[in-house]
Amino acid sequence: MSHAEDQGGDRRDFLYYATAGVGAVATGAAVWPLVNQMNPSADVQAASQMRVDVSGVTEGTQLTVLFLGKPVFISRRTPEAIAEASTVELSDLVDRQARNPNVDATEATDLNRTLPPYEGENTGEWLVQIGVCTHLGCVPIGDGAGDFNGWFCPCHGSHYDASGRIRRGPAPENLHIPVAAFVDDSTILLG
Amino acid sequence: MSGIPHDHYEPNSNAEKWLHRRLPIVGLMYDTLMIPTPKNLNWMWIWGIVLTFTLFLQIITGIILVMHYTPHVDMAFASVEHIMRNVNGGWAIRYIHQNGASLFFVAVYLHIFRGLYYGSYKAPREVTWIIGMLIYLMMMGTAFMGYVLPWGQMSFWGATVITGLFGAIPFVGEALQTWLLGGPAVDNATLNRFLSLHYLLPFVILGLVILHIWAFHTTGNNNPTGVEVRRTSKKEAEADTLPFWPYFVIKDLFALAVILAVFFAIVGFMPNYLGHPDNYIEANALVTPAHIVPEWYFLPFYAILRAFDGEVWLVIAVDFLTAGIVDAKFFGVIAMFGSIVVLALVPWLDTSSVRSGRYRPMFKWWFWIFIVNFFVLMWAGAMPAEGIYPYIALIGSAYWFAYFLVILPLLGVIEKPTTPPATIEEDFKAHYGKDGSGHGGITSAAPTPAE
Amino acid sequence: MLRKLAISTATAATLALSSGAALAAGGAGYVEDYAFSFEGPFGRFDQVQLQRGLQVYTQVCMACHGLRYVPIRTLADEGGPGFTEEEVRAYIEQNYIEVYDSDLQDWRAATPNDNFPANTSAGAPDLSLMTKARAGFSGPYGLGLNPLFRGMGGPEYLASLLTHYTGSEREEFGAVLYGNETFPGGYISMAPPLWEGAVEYGDGTPATEEQMALDVAAFLTWAAEPHLMARKQMGFTAVILLGLLSVLLYLSNKRLWAPVKARVKGSQPAE
Repeated sequence: MSHAEDQGGDRRDFLYYATAGVGAVATGAAVWPLVNQMNPSADVQAASQMRVDVSGVTEGTQLTVLFLGKPVFISRRTPEAIAEASTVELSDLVDRQARNPNVDATEATDLNRTLPPYEGENTGEWLVQIGVCTHLGCVPIGDGAGDFNGWFCPCHGSHYDASGRIRRGPAPENLHIPVAAFVDDSTILLG
Repeated sequence: MSGIPHDHYEPNSNAEKWLHRRLPIVGLMYDTLMIPTPKNLNWMWIWGIVLTFTLFLQIITGIILVMHYTPHVDMAFASVEHIMRNVNGGWAIRYIHQNGASLFFVAVYLHIFRGLYYGSYKAPREVTWIIGMLIYLMMMGTAFMGYVLPWGQMSFWGATVITGLFGAIPFVGEALQTWLLGGPAVDNATLNRFLSLHYLLPFVILGLVILHIWAFHTTGNNNPTGVEVRRTSKKEAEADTLPFWPYFVIKDLFALAVILAVFFAIVGFMPNYLGHPDNYIEANALVTPAHIVPEWYFLPFYAILRAFDGEVWLVIAVDFLTAGIVDAKFFGVIAMFGSIVVLALVPWLDTSSVRSGRYRPMFKWWFWIFIVNFFVLMWAGAMPAEGIYPYIALIGSAYWFAYFLVILPLLGVIEKPTTPPATIEEDFKAHYGKDGSGHGGITSAAPTPAE
Repeated sequence: MLRKLAISTATAATLALSSGAALAAGGAGYVEDYAFSFEGPFGRFDQVQLQRGLQVYTQVCMACHGLRYVPIRTLADEGGPGFTEEEVRAYIEQNYIEVYDSDLQDWRAATPNDNFPANTSAGAPDLSLMTKARAGFSGPYGLGLNPLFRGMGGPEYLASLLTHYTGSEREEFGAVLYGNETFPGGYISMAPPLWEGAVEYGDGTPATEEQMALDVAAFLTWAAEPHLMARKQMGFTAVILLGLLSVLLYLSNKRLWAPVKARVKGSQPAE
């Protein structure tokens, strides 16, 4: 009898380990959905991208859309504004970072901050920015406001230039630029 | 804890001793998990573990559902659809919670029937039984309020009808119903308070479950023979019992795995089988569904509620005697709640000196009629209240009360029970000793159980 | 032991069955038991059929019925009609789908992130959950066995309803009711919506009345239960895994108890 029990010993161990292993797998499979359900749901994920029709935006005007709970300024700038913004020396800037996740370059030149059109070269015509002051989160006033003909934040007096770069006031950084790209001649895909 | 002599937890390392002097929690858990358990427990003793598991399943999936649910009459239905369509795996969690309620009641009914057959309610386990009944009542309340939350047609009209029961109470009924609903009819206030209570009650149930376990760990488990574990010496106790871990944990886990396989087959392949199609239509106070039925687990009591209509002579007599205070409507409500009260009082209604139904030849018959009657009532509760069905429900209800109020008290007097084995060890030997041991077919020395 | 288990399982099954009785009194008329590709444990949606069904819904049903709980973007979801995101946008554009924007307080072109528009103009019910809100099969005798073997029958009910107009009409309170063998009560306020060739299928499938009814029933089943395929897969995986676990636990339990039972046998002759 003891002989038989010895033989059973290995098999018994293996059986117990196998049972515990499968039990652990089953438990793990049950736990993952409980964790994953707290990740963004399908509707939230779908809302993390937005198409904006900009065919109605004429030169010198700005379209403001709400994207992920924040305003996004889509500006089609005049040649004068482009010229003014592109001639600013980097040394005159408070923040020399481009703050643009769409380009690799980091220098805050006007070209690095603007959005290239669907086809052809980037003329700096389109500037897309998140309309949240980098100081304490107010929404700056546009339409060439402020001392640098760009945006002006009424809360604590931050002045941004025509390229959305901070020039004077308490804000530490240039206006941020969202992930964006033209997907056809008149549609910008945000996110 | 149970008075059955057994080894207790001894802290070994210094760390264990340190903790044990300050909080003997490891010892408590050890004694709970290693409790000496009668070794002859059969497969009807698995439902406790299944119920505990289901309680946790429902609490966990429920907490998750509340993360995505909106308790407002305008948004509740849509938020459930949001869960079903948008939330990652939300459909699975919702269907598990929905069908988990059914699993809960399947298990609780089998658990109760087990107790009724083997006399688990008899002294000294009355407190365990009463706590169990409280748990069952809370479960019914929780399930009812949970069913209102999806805000479908059946949710709304079920809530309207069931809260209407309280309106049948003389004098205070209307005020009570208004107080329950928070208004003249089921509306946003009702939905909000039902969510609040639906969230609260499971934790009350959890507390009661702990008391339930504490109570039967104090008296020791019942077992199929109804014979008590010998407590005179540790040696004898050990001959009757085995520690809960691992012997019964593994056994119960096996049963749980089989049951869950069936459960997931239902969730995966026919999750709406136990539900009602009307609950996929948003609640509408202007349109009543053609046929309002509660969830299946309420059907026997629903049948009892409807059985006592104004044509039953007993109802007419009571109505007359109480000068109209107890009318047919209120009588039905009393009957429904009374059917649960008599169930709860069974420890004092059963007069038999023998605990287990195994050794009660007459009781067995009445018991199985009671089980069949339970299903008949369930079926009658689902049928429309017209034609022959109210009569079937009435006969079934009458048997329900007769079983507890007449049959059980009388049986104890007139029945001549057979002799149970002297010890659990003997029963276990009789069961496992004979087959395959070479004496197969030859009657063993131990008295053969009546089964 | 096993016998007892079998009894308790049987009891559990009976418990489950009796609940189907809840469906007994649906009162629906004739429902044909059509075979759908998504039935059974391994059932799957037929992608092309869903696309055809969407076409029927868009060109016929949408005039009166909404689909308010179904996000348009889900047309591109796995397990659905299998559109690409471009096709979803093209679908919206080609069919001029508009939604009411409560911020704008006006109608605007839908985006994929919007739900299909609700439509209550004609007093017609929303179709988002229609196949789950109707039961085709119930009984017999309140026992709930039919849905166990033939399914709940929502899609079958819908397809039967669409194809079983009797052709008779009746006027009631100034409204015309149309005879229908499937609809409870026999008369429905919806005029027969389908006729041979009501739509022209892109894949060349002949648009018979029955074909369109089946296609739109399949599409609405997807609309009501978009995760049906994932659900069945989960059920299958869980059953296999738990089945394996049951076998292992059974063997472990047997092993665990073997010495206890052997001791009893060993001591038996001594008694």
